[in-house]
Amino acid sequence: MSLLDRVRALLGDEAVEVAATPDGVPRVAPASPDAVALLLGTAREEGWRVRIEGAGTWLPADAPADLALTTRRLDKIPAIEPQDLSATAEAGIGCDLLRQQLADRGTWLALDPPGLAGRTLGSIIATATAGPLRQGFGPVRDHLLGVTFVTGDGRLVHSGGRVVKNVAGYDLTRLEAGAFGAFGVIVLIHLRLRALPRADQTLALEGSREDLTQVAEDIAAAGIQPAAHELMSPALARRERWLLAVRFAGSAALVAAEEAGLRAATGGRFAPLRADEGHSLWMRAAESFATRPVAFRVGGLPDSSDELLDLLQHQVGDEWISASPAIGAIRWGGEATIDRLKRLRRTLAGLEVPLTLERAPWPVRSAVGHFGAYREGVGPLVAGLRRTFDPGEAFVVAAEGAE
Amino acid sequence: MARDLAPLVDTLAEIVGPRHVRTALPERVTYAKDGLPTHRRVPGVVVLPGSRDEVIAVVRLLGALGMPFVPRGAGTGLSGGALADGDAVLIVLTRLNRILKIDARNRLAVVEPGVVNVRLSVAAAPHGLQYTPDPSSQTACTIGGNVAENAGGPHCLKYGVTATHVLALEVALADGRVVELGSPGGEPWGPDLVGLFVGSEGNFGVATRITVRLLPVARAVRTLLADFTSLRTAGEAVSAVIASGIVPAALEMMDQSCIQAVEDSVYAAGYPRDAAAVLLAELDGAHEAAVAADAETIQAVLRAHGARSVLVAADAQQREKLWLGRKKAFGAMGRLSRDLVVQDAVVPRSTLPDVLETIARIAAEYGLTVSNVFHAGDGNLHPNISFDGRTPGLRERVEAASAEIMATCIAAGGTITGEHGIGLDKLRYMPLLFDGDSLAAMRAVRHVWDPEERVNPGKVVPVHACREWSGLRMGRAPNPGAQSAIRNPQSAIDRKATAR
Repeated sequence: MSLLDRVRALLGDEAVEVAATPDGVPRVAPASPDAVALLLGTAREEGWRVRIEGAGTWLPADAPADLALTTRRLDKIPAIEPQDLSATAEAGIGCDLLRQQLADRGTWLALDPPGLAGRTLGSIIATATAGPLRQGFGPVRDHLLGVTFVTGDGRLVHSGGRVVKNVAGYDLTRLEAGAFGAFGVIVLIHLRLRALPRADQTLALEGSREDLTQVAEDIAAAGIQPAAHELMSPALARRERWLLAVRFAGSAALVAAEEAGLRAATGGRFAPLRADEGHSLWMRAAESFATRPVAFRVGGLPDSSDELLDLLQHQVGDEWISASPAIGAIRWGGEATIDRLKRLRRTLAGLEVPLTLERAPWPVRSAVGHFGAYREGVGPLVAGLRRTFDPGEAFVVAAEGAE
Repeated sequence: MARDLAPLVDTLAEIVGPRHVRTALPERVTYAKDGLPTHRRVPGVVVLPGSRDEVIAVVRLLGALGMPFVPRGAGTGLSGGALADGDAVLIVLTRLNRILKIDARNRLAVVEPGVVNVRLSVAAAPHGLQYTPDPSSQTACTIGGNVAENAGGPHCLKYGVTATHVLALEVALADGRVVELGSPGGEPWGPDLVGLFVGSEGNFGVATRITVRLLPVARAVRTLLADFTSLRTAGEAVSAVIASGIVPAALEMMDQSCIQAVEDSVYAAGYPRDAAAVLLAELDGAHEAAVAADAETIQAVLRAHGARSVLVAADAQQREKLWLGRKKAFGAMGRLSRDLVVQDAVVPRSTLPDVLETIARIAAEYGLTVSNVFHAGDGNLHPNISFDGRTPGLRERVEAASAEIMATCIAAGGTITGEHGIGLDKLRYMPLLFDGDSLAAMRAVRHVWDPEERVNPGKVVPVHACREWSGLRMGRAPNPGAQSAIRNPQSAIDRKATAR
C-alpha cells in the first residue's frame, strides 16, 4: 500500500490534496486535531518524515519530506468570548479571517506579524514572529492562554487553558511558541484578547537614521508609551529616507494625551497619518518581509540598537529593516548567504544577542538553523526536549544548522 | 535528622560554614510548613548557602550523592511547594539577597534569588522604575520564589505575571551543571526555556541569577472603591469593566466576611461594613488627563452596573490606606480563627457571579466560613476557609469543601491555580484538568532537566496519573559511589563529570 493509500485509508479521500506540492511531496490536510494525531502516530510507525505547513505564505514549502502536513483545514474558531476577552481558534485559521471575526465582536488580537494577511495563526505562534506591536503588547507568548499540540509520535498534549491566569503544570505553551514545530504541531490555541481600541493613530517622521535614532531616544526618555514605535528602512517604508512611525492605540483620552506628549517631546515634527494611510503603512511593511527570501530577528538591548543596525548594515546590508529601538528588537529581510548569516550569528552571540532565522529557503535553513550559538548548557536541553516530543525524528525542522 | 544524613552534614558545613547548616529538630521544624497550614514535612537537613558558588557546590554534592533536595525562598508559598521530606535537603536561598545590577537605560535588573520582592522596586524607584509583579506577600517573598511559582499580584491585571517580566536566568541543574537561559533583551536562544522554567516550582533546578524587566512608575494614578449590595452584582460589574476596553492596573474584590475582618483589624481601611462586596479598582498611566478620563469612564460603568457608591481616593495617603486593607486582608483573616486555608483558582470572568454563588452554597453546606478576597479582573479567586484544625473532623471537611470548590471552577472552564502553584496541595486535582498524555508530557519534560526527579520530588505532576511515555526513565539511578562521595565530595563530582 502506498503512502497516500495508507493516508486515505486513515483519514479519508478528502484529507489528501490532489494538487501536488511544487517538489512533489504529497500534501495531507487533516480536518481535526484527532486526525493530526492519527496521522503522526502512523508516521512514527512507518518512519515517515513530515514537514509542517500552514498556508504556505511564510516558510517555503521546500523541506525534504515523505509528506507535508498542512493545517489549512483546521480553520475553525470554536469560541470568541468578548466578556472574557478570550478566544479559541484552530491553528490553520488565516489571520485576516480571525481578525475580522474578532473585530465583529469588538475584540482585538494585538499582534501584527510579518507576512501576508492570510498567514495562519499556527505559523505565527510556531515561529513567534511578532511585529511592531510587540513594543506595547509584548511578544507572541504573552497573547497565549493555552495550546493543544500533537507530538511527533501522535500524542495530543494540552497545555494551559482558556483563563487569563494559569500556573497549573509546566508552561508548555511558552515552549511551543517559537519552537518552529520542533516539539509538535500546534492544532488549537486559546488566545488573550483586548478590546478593539477606540482610537488608533499613527504618526510618522522621515529623516536620516541618525536623526531618527535620536528622536526615538527622546520619545523613550519622555515616558511616552506607544503601542508601536518602529524605525523602518527607506525600502521597507517606501519613502526616500528612513521613517520613524509611532502608533498609539487605546481610549480616545489616552491616544490624545500620548499625541500631545509626542508633540511636546519632538517639537511637533511628526505628521499624523489618516487611518487608511496608517493601516497601509503597517500592512505593507509586514507584507514586505514575505517578499524577501530571508528574514531574521535579533533581540538586543535598547542602548545597543544603533550599534546593531551598524553591524547589520556592515555585514548584510540594511535595505529591509524594521527596528523597535525602545526594546532593542530588529527584523531584517533580504538576501544573504549561508556564510554571512553564520558569521553574523557568531558576531552577535559575542554581544549576547540571539539571532533567530525566521524565513529562508531550505538549503539556508538547514545550514544556518533557526537557532544556534546556544549559551552554556542550552544545547543538551533542546536536544532532550526534541527527543521527548519527537522520538522518531518525524518532524523535518531545521532547529539548529549544520556545523 | 535521619541517621544516614549525618555524614553529609560535615561536608555541607565545609561548603557553607557550620552556622548555616541546621540539623537540630527544633530548627528543622521551623521549615516544616509554608504559608499553607495543611501540609507539614520536616526536612532532613536545612542548608543556607550564602553565594551562587555555594549553591552550585551544594547542588553538585547532592547530585553526586543522588540525594533529593528542595529549593526554598522565604517560605511564603501557599501550595505546600517548598517542603522537603526527611530524606531530603532543604536549600534555603534567603541569604542570596543581593541586587547585582540596575540598568536604568535598558530598564532591567539582575538579582539573586533571595532578594525580597518589594526591595527591588524600592531600589529601582530613584530611577523612576519599578518591578511590577506584586504578590500580597511582597514584603517577605523572594524573587526566586516568585520565579518558581510564576507569582502574580493585584497589578498583574495590566502588567502581567512574573513570566512576563523575567528576561534571563542562570540555573543550577539537578547535577550542578550551570545553564544560561534567555538574554537580557528577552529574546531566547532557541526555544523559550525561560518561559518553561518560570512556574516549574523548583522541579527544573535552582535559579541562581535572575534578570528581570523594570517598568516606569506610573505618573498618574486613580484608585476607586465601589461597594455593592450583592456579590452577584459585583461580579457582573467586573465583566462590564473588562468589556469596557479600559484595562485597569488592578481590579480586586473583597466580600463581606473579608471586609469585616479588615475593618476589625489594625488595617481598617474605611470599607463600608454593610456592603456585600467592594471592588477596588486602580487606573494608572503616564498622563494625568488620560487616567482621569479613564477613571471617569470606569466610575460610570461601575455605577451603571449596580455600584451603590464609588469613592475616589483623594490623595496618596487614602490610596495607600485602601490598598493596605487589601494587601493585609489575609493577615486580618487570621483573627477569624486559628487556621486559614488560602485557596486559589481561576474562572472565566463572565462566570464570576455564578461561581461566587456556588462557593457560598458549598460553604453553607459544609458549615464553614469562606471569605473571598481576590483578583477579580483576572477571574483569579481566593476563597479562604477559616477553621480551627484542632476540632475533630474539621480538616476533612475543609479538604472536601476545597475539592468541591476546585471542581466548580474547572466545570466553569477555569483552572485550579492562578498564582500559588500545584505543590503538594493540588496534585490530586491535576488529573481533573489534564489527561494522562498531557501529564506524561510534563513528566517527560521534567526528566530532560532532572532525569532522577531529585529536585523538589513529588510535586506538580501526579506520577500515578501519567500515561506511559516513550523514552521515560523511571526511578533514581543506582548510586554505588554515594558513601565515598560523602567523605570526598569533589572526587564524586569529578567522577560524574568524567562519566558525562
